[in-house]
Amino acid sequence: MTATNVVGRRLPKLDAPDKAVGRATYGHDVRLPGMLHGRILYSAHPHARVLHVDVTRAERLPGVHAVVTAADNPPTRFGYGKDNTPLKGEVVRSLRDEVAAVAAVEPEVAEEAISLIRVDYEPLPTVFDAAAALKPGAPLVHADRGSNLVQTYRYRHGELAVGEAESDFTVEAEFELPYVAHGAIETSIVVAAFDGRGRLTLYSGTQIPFLLQRDLAEALHLDGSQIRILQTAVGGAFGRGLDIYPFEPIAALLARKSARPVRLAFSRPEEFRAAPVRQPAHVQVRAGARRDGRLTFRAVRALLDIGAYVSWGAVTPLVMMETTASLYRVPHVEFQADCVYTNNPITGAVRGYGNPQSTFFVESIMDRLAVATGIDPVQFRLQNANLPGEETAQGLRITSCGLRECLEAVAARADRRPTSDGAAPDGAAGRHLRRGIGFAATLNVGGGARIYRSDGCGAVVKVDDFGRVSLLTGSTEIGQGSETALAQIVAEVLGTSIDAVSVHNSDTDLKPWDVGVHASRTTFIAGNAAYLAALEARQQLYETASALLSAPPEELEARDGAIFARTSGASVDLGKVVRARHFREAGQIVVGEGWYDPPTQLVDKETYKGNISAAYGFGAQMAEVEVDTETGRVRVLRLVCANDVGRAINPMAVEGQIEGGAQMGLGYALTEELLVRDGDVLNPDFLDYRLFTAADMPEIETIIVETSDPEGPFGAKGVGEMGGTPTAAAIANAVFDAVGLRLTRLPMTPERVLAALDAQRSQGSV
Amino acid sequence: MKRLVRLVINGDEQTVYLDTRRTLLDFLRGEAGLLGTHRGCDAGDCGACTVLLDGQPVTSCLVLAVDCEGAQVRTIEGVAQGGRLHPVQRQLIERGGIQCGFCTPGMVLSAVALLEENPRLDKAQVRQALAGNLCRCTGYAKIVEAVLAAADEIAAQAAPRIG
Repeated sequence: MTATNVVGRRLPKLDAPDKAVGRATYGHDVRLPGMLHGRILYSAHPHARVLHVDVTRAERLPGVHAVVTAADNPPTRFGYGKDNTPLKGEVVRSLRDEVAAVAAVEPEVAEEAISLIRVDYEPLPTVFDAAAALKPGAPLVHADRGSNLVQTYRYRHGELAVGEAESDFTVEAEFELPYVAHGAIETSIVVAAFDGRGRLTLYSGTQIPFLLQRDLAEALHLDGSQIRILQTAVGGAFGRGLDIYPFEPIAALLARKSARPVRLAFSRPEEFRAAPVRQPAHVQVRAGARRDGRLTFRAVRALLDIGAYVSWGAVTPLVMMETTASLYRVPHVEFQADCVYTNNPITGAVRGYGNPQSTFFVESIMDRLAVATGIDPVQFRLQNANLPGEETAQGLRITSCGLRECLEAVAARADRRPTSDGAAPDGAAGRHLRRGIGFAATLNVGGGARIYRSDGCGAVVKVDDFGRVSLLTGSTEIGQGSETALAQIVAEVLGTSIDAVSVHNSDTDLKPWDVGVHASRTTFIAGNAAYLAALEARQQLYETASALLSAPPEELEARDGAIFARTSGASVDLGKVVRARHFREAGQIVVGEGWYDPPTQLVDKETYKGNISAAYGFGAQMAEVEVDTETGRVRVLRLVCANDVGRAINPMAVEGQIEGGAQMGLGYALTEELLVRDGDVLNPDFLDYRLFTAADMPEIETIIVETSDPEGPFGAKGVGEMGGTPTAAAIANAVFDAVGLRLTRLPMTPERVLAALDAQRSQGSV
Repeated sequence: MKRLVRLVINGDEQTVYLDTRRTLLDFLRGEAGLLGTHRGCDAGDCGACTVLLDGQPVTSCLVLAVDCEGAQVRTIEGVAQGGRLHPVQRQLIERGGIQCGFCTPGMVLSAVALLEENPRLDKAQVRQALAGNLCRCTGYAKIVEAVLAAADEIAAQAAPRIG
């Protein structure tokens, strides 16, 4: 690994000092002169024909400046499936469907105006279950589509029948996965303002500023060039901002109609009801192994409820099939997922994007196979682990791979090995408290993910006459620390301290294009772009310094904020080099540019094969749990997380990603479930939707495995999502070790664990 | 109905004419212009709006501003003194306890109240004291570590010097 000065250091985030004193400007803090407050009226029925919307009383309320309905919608549909409109005028398909919206001088006035809008509905038959939605005669969510089946994903490699015939052991199980919310502490917020020339500025916490420009233009019937996105500090995103959602065009429609800036902020219950969620799934899995422990086949059939409109929730099978086909070496694989419309809430991208789901079922099944073969679960995984330099049958070209190291590292932290019968030795805790340990591994894209025709990012590096470095990057800071990691990369190349670097990443008018902050791609993709831009800027500095120092460019090096001639040891600081370059005849500026689009492919539309990412991240977790057999409560005592991140640009930030991911994984495993009944969210608050608190957290130990990826900037790979993907499986496997139960439904609440324990006890007594 | 209320915000005495239904959070973010206090749920569940009321942490979304007559209110803007960060703030920055930072102001005030009461703490006490402040980014590990480090710093300063 290259020796570095700034890369690899535990540096504080660049934005932390302002955030520590309450000085950062979040979306909720944007205040514009004359700004109005918007409010949305949602449907009163999960499925109904809208007969009449009467807004006259709302419009007459003093303080109301605009009321919009479907009549104000431009004649276009938007969204991934082009099945959505900002406001619904003919049919509402879920309780979070927008029917009207108002803008008023105060939020309270807007709220009152909403209550004055009268809507006449004719209720239509509903469907809230994905399996029921596929039955003949089921109510159609989108009548014009003729079916509730949105898309079927089919993948295979090898011959399943051959794999089955080769199996000495076969196991199967069905899994039930819940709705999960992002749980960002800042609710969704947007401020829309048109300037005097008719151009729209949107203050937004989006993760896809450039795609949003395009999508919004489509939704509003504008040209993309008429939209500027200004990104504020973001109070948590986690995939929430990965698509356009109706509140964004609605804010713009209100701003246009009122000719005033309009702020549209979700309340917390509204956030739980109207923001996209992780989709629930029902999954059947079968898998086999030979007596010697080699895997033979894996077959997965998944049914996904995507809600009433298509967003990224309908694309998660791409990730699920990757885990199914490529986590461990499996010669024969079949995967099928059906994405189905229902009258339930819309589902979108949530951190890990299909991978927490698939890693849960794949690693639960792996554990069963280990037990069936009688091989130690860690050994069983090591035996089938992916290897560096391997190309999977799916076409993933694995370059660096630390899966083995990760598994070994977490296993080394366990004081014993799991039992094969779920009868772990009693701890000292008492007879009703039983302890167990469990393992799970994970594979995640770590070098971008080509889901759009470009997976690129642009960067510009400018050095000014004081030697200050400005990085303009397409990529957005959403709290994860990307701007700090990118600044470290640039500082390393230019030989400055990180304090000499400013990062500009929030304005689509200034920054170069980027596809978005998702798929753990920023450090890798935006990092490579920033690296290239910094190299070009350095080359320009070398050209000028070469004359100043009378040394050829290849003799020069950038360090300590200056350019040094290696042989003579003479140096000139960056500001002086830049001034010399500016203030001369035919002067030039120091601006380097970089564009990085990884050498990857869109997956084939029929086979779903192809190398979607330029590098893959790996990880493993070991969970130690205590199961209370009297109450059913599962307490995680310890979680050990090892991740292959290629190279940690900032180890402290990497740990932060893993620890934060683990918090989400723990919730997914044990406490978090959005309860949706008849299309309504029953627990739209943090009291009943339980995030892990500081007091609930187990001890988390993070282990960084560095494999130095050949394509990554300074060897780095992405790490944003892997912290939480294997957690639920590791915990479920630990529960098996403790009490011999295989839990297949998440979250593993005390009620569910107790019911399973009761069933186990009554079976035992027969 | 409106009423005249006298409050002391970060040491600055103010007399304001306020709607009796106005929450302390709305007043702070509205008339007082102190945007560092964040709104996460408006129901007292998330802790993002935590401020100190006469030294005690409260979720300001559940407190009526008119009930703060004569009270000392301390917000995130009043934690650093004369440009000097509180040890909790400095440790959060240095130890990676801040990611998106939306929970940070509330977290800082809960921690400050805890440490002002007693800087000699163990990890379990810190975790318990911060249990009312939700964070979705960090997994809390680095926040707890930062508060413990700040506690050590304060305890060391408070310890009687020998010799």
